Amino acid sequence: MKLKKNIATSENGFIFNPSTGDSFSANAIAAEILSELKNGKTEKEIKGGILERYEVRPEQLDRDWEDWLIQLKEANLLEL
Amino acid sequence: MASDKLTIGITGLNAHDNPGPGVAVARALKDAYGENIRLIGLAYEALEPGIYMDKLIDHTYRIPYPAAGSTVLLERLLEINQTAGFDLVIPNFDAELANFIKISPRLVAEGIKTYLPTAEQLAARDKTRLNEFAVEYGFKVPEYINLYNAGDVKGAAEKLGYPLFIKGKYYEAQLADNDDEAKKIFYDISNRWGLPVIAQQYVKGIEINVAGLGDGKGNLISAVPMRKLYITDKGKAWAGVTIEDEGLITLAGRFAKALQWKGGFELEIIKDSRENFNIIEINPRFPAWVYLTAVCGQNQPTALVKMAMGEAVEPFTGYESGKMFIRYSWDEVIDIARFQQFSAFGEI
Repeated sequence: MKLKKNIATSENGFIFNPSTGDSFSANAIAAEILSELKNGKTEKEIKGGILERYEVRPEQLDRDWEDWLIQLKEANLLEL
Repeated sequence: MASDKLTIGITGLNAHDNPGPGVAVARALKDAYGENIRLIGLAYEALEPGIYMDKLIDHTYRIPYPAAGSTVLLERLLEINQTAGFDLVIPNFDAELANFIKISPRLVAEGIKTYLPTAEQLAARDKTRLNEFAVEYGFKVPEYINLYNAGDVKGAAEKLGYPLFIKGKYYEAQLADNDDEAKKIFYDISNRWGLPVIAQQYVKGIEINVAGLGDGKGNLISAVPMRKLYITDKGKAWAGVTIEDEGLITLAGRFAKALQWKGGFELEIIKDSRENFNIIEINPRFPAWVYLTAVCGQNQPTALVKMAMGEAVEPFTGYESGKMFIRYSWDEVIDIARFQQFSAFGEI
């Protein structure tokens, strides 16, 4: 999974797609994940970090991750 | 009075809910030239707000309505020129362009420069001939039918389906959902802008406009795409953001090359779900949001002035995406004596 190169994100969770002009607001954890994705971290590394920092079961994280992925795809933010 | 400053006449000072581009053009030029420019407003009506914007417009004269014809316009401009001393005039209304183009050689002979397309170029992108334009140059446009009386509405709707846009030949577009609405809009728009009225297929998608500038030799000097973020009931962008899309720049380049376009222009586009760029309109002048081009790195009005004054201008190569404009209303407060001065004497 890779964010499109030109997607702009800010620390407070604002996401701007300069190709379409669409903008979105992400919550704190989504903003954190986006930032890590932009810094080149893999899905496995990011998930590992989340499991370390938050009280969440791996199965729950996988489910939430899949839901989130669908949202990112719908928002046209991922490289195909 | 003639001035050492660059003196430019500008029309389109009607900065209301369906704004003309004049105030935005003036703002872009003031940004670039500061005190070294004198902007002369050319207004049709005493309630055009730009007349009273003293920080932008130095002096304003009334000019005759386009319907009065090119001879009357020329006479008035030459009369104004005796005191204003124009270096250049920039017309900003679709409806007045034919007259300005016609008198352009006479203006040039009097030392007043213009930077305009030819009458043929102007006609080629006309709303009522968009299909011929698309076929000839390979652009994608929505289907449309020219309406000459209200009885034409039914046939157009059967072919294009509802909803469909009913549009004036110069300005205005309204969406109709049925025959009754379409007929009402037909009468409304034909009363204001004459015939034909255009019925255009509705295309669902993202509304994007591109402000552009061509040099008349087939080169695209500038193109800035803007995604509309807030659209008024008149279909005007009240907020928008610059976007990156190489396809749109290429499209603008194809237009400038195809018509050898000289001057400002605006492509109104719907990007559909298949990522096709459907050109719904081509405006033969800068858009009212053209100031956004100045703040994102391609000051199009200033580039036009430079080219009109004989300077070589290289095509711009980049601009900042993510720059937004948010239009707002502002009560310009003036003494009624100023309004009276313009109303009675045609000058302020």
